[in-house]
Amino acid sequence: MTKVVQQFRDIKASMRKNEVWRDVDFSGMMTDDMVQPGDEEREQKEYPCNIPELNAIKLTVINGRCINPYHVDFDGISYGSLADALRYCPQFIEQYLGKCAKSDNAYEKINADNYEDGVFIYIPDGSHGIPKFQIINIIDSREPIFVQTRNLVVVGIRSKLTLMQCDDSIGDSRSMSNNVTELFCELESEVQHYKLQNMNDMSGLLNHNYVQMNEGAQLQTSAITLNGGQIRNHTEVNMLGERCKTEANGLYLIDKNQQADNYLFVNHAHPHCESHALYKGIMDDASHATFNGHVLVSDGAVKTEAYQTNRNILLTDKATVQSRPFLEIYNDDVKCSHGSTTGQIDELAMFYIRSRGISERTARTLLLYAFCDEVIQKIDFNPLRNRLSDMVKQRLHGELTPCSECALHCNNTCGCNDAPAFEIDPDKL
Amino acid sequence: MALLSIRNLHAKIGDREILKGVNLEINKGEVHSIMGPNGNGKSTLAGIVAGNPKYTVTEGEVIYNGKNILDMPVDQRANEGIFLGFQYPVEIPGVTITNFMRTAVNEQRKYRGLDPLSGTEFLKLMEEKKKVVEMTTNLANRSVNEGFSGGEKKKNEIFQMAMLNPTLAILDETDSGLDIDALRIVANGVNQLRSPENATVVITHYQRLLDYIVPDYVHVLYEGRIVKTGPKELALELEEKGYEWIKKELEESK
Repeated sequence: MTKVVQQFRDIKASMRKNEVWRDVDFSGMMTDDMVQPGDEEREQKEYPCNIPELNAIKLTVINGRCINPYHVDFDGISYGSLADALRYCPQFIEQYLGKCAKSDNAYEKINADNYEDGVFIYIPDGSHGIPKFQIINIIDSREPIFVQTRNLVVVGIRSKLTLMQCDDSIGDSRSMSNNVTELFCELESEVQHYKLQNMNDMSGLLNHNYVQMNEGAQLQTSAITLNGGQIRNHTEVNMLGERCKTEANGLYLIDKNQQADNYLFVNHAHPHCESHALYKGIMDDASHATFNGHVLVSDGAVKTEAYQTNRNILLTDKATVQSRPFLEIYNDDVKCSHGSTTGQIDELAMFYIRSRGISERTARTLLLYAFCDEVIQKIDFNPLRNRLSDMVKQRLHGELTPCSECALHCNNTCGCNDAPAFEIDPDKL
Repeated sequence: MALLSIRNLHAKIGDREILKGVNLEINKGEVHSIMGPNGNGKSTLAGIVAGNPKYTVTEGEVIYNGKNILDMPVDQRANEGIFLGFQYPVEIPGVTITNFMRTAVNEQRKYRGLDPLSGTEFLKLMEEKKKVVEMTTNLANRSVNEGFSGGEKKKNEIFQMAMLNPTLAILDETDSGLDIDALRIVANGVNQLRSPENATVVITHYQRLLDYIVPDYVHVLYEGRIVKTGPKELALELEEKGYEWIKKELEESK
């Protein structure tokens, strides 16, 4: 075990007094033989991604290293390996790098000190259209590995960006990823950020997302966890100007001994900002989920609107969830609400559906899918929404047992030819 | 042989005994009405035939088409042709009526060894059946019963019945919560679906529904038993005199 790996494993002790991090423990995902990726040339293979009509620029990160060299388009949009970009335009990047990540977070710090590479995307001010990017973040290793990637995304004034970030693993190797993404949304920019996670059961993933928004910026961020050993989506959004709008959505479907942990902090520091959070999850077997939502509305942030909802379904007696929606408000002129529910499948609804001749299994899938649908419908980008809707169906089919081969980039290669017996999507009729 | 034959049926919810020996025979082509005061077991009887797991049968049998259905799963009973129109239809957010019905129709077809309907065939069937309950708005693309008015919910039950074409339909207070126009539409819908090959059981409190859906038999369910059975005129008599005279008659005979 290298020094860095050891450091990471031992962080928990130092975070014991940190309210936000004290329950986070990834040591179970670490093994003594875990190594950092070596200097060897990583195979330059492109992982196929068959989302129809996606038309996105693909940036592939294999075991923490981005295989796409830094590149500048004729319209000034630039993207590629962060390490490479740092060689070309260090001054520009250093204006941003590390500027919105929090310093009291030892997990972030170990990434900042030791990351190897990641993705850099820059959309200049006043860009036309909506550039689309897909970051494919893949763990592909025979040895157990510890990976740290760092992504930096800057969206200029009044520009737009659709960003998909897929975390994936090949085969059944053990891994731990400690990834940080910093996202800067400048004046009146609009960003859609989708995170899709479909990793094997031996994968640990700690995804930090730090977002800084300037006046009038709009952000939609979604975290969809379909599979993975232990996953934490740690998102902090700072709205540093008036009229910002944040919509954060999450969906986690877990089983076996998997753990999904969503943390969302939204800082309302200025007047007339709005934030909506909707997180939903289904826990099967002995899985465990956590939701921590924290909305901070400061003294001067009048006319704030902030809403938080977390809903959970537990399918077994052993599955558990901890839900802590939390509002911290320091002025009177706000509209805020928070709510959390945890329950089981509605037996009366089951009876109603089955009384029409629908089998118990399909009825369950139908109800569970309907539960997820609210989050899926929030995804504005059609090709992704359709693909995701299919994947959620696949995941739910067979009561949450995933197809072992199924990964985000596999279209029909997975073993489940046994398509769900129902057709949910009205568009497809 | 009767289509449905209920013999000495006893049932309870939790520890409370609700049905205390119900006997009932229903043949194809017939319409039966079950009336009776609140809380005497009408909905329980409907729920047991449809297979609601909330109730426990302690004694007796329910034979449908020659098969004892008490051990049959809910969905299999539906596939055998039993339909329950719910008194309080359940809201299912996120599932559109179109998808719900397509799944149901195709599962029932599969059970009967038929090929599933294609999207076009299904939409055609749906358009046709929407007319049965004069469903004009685009209800079909909304989530099942979500945000529906009382009238829309009940129309939706009859629409589903039309789609599934059951052999035995049990309608549990389909008239409750309906205005006069909706009542007429729902009743007309039920009448259009009547045939010599099916039977309908109408559970109601009001004689008014029976002006539209004319029953062959009227039963009074009281204290967990069917205590009186008569022709359609019995409903008129009940409307006029209330249930008091039946209670009195029962006490006198004791």
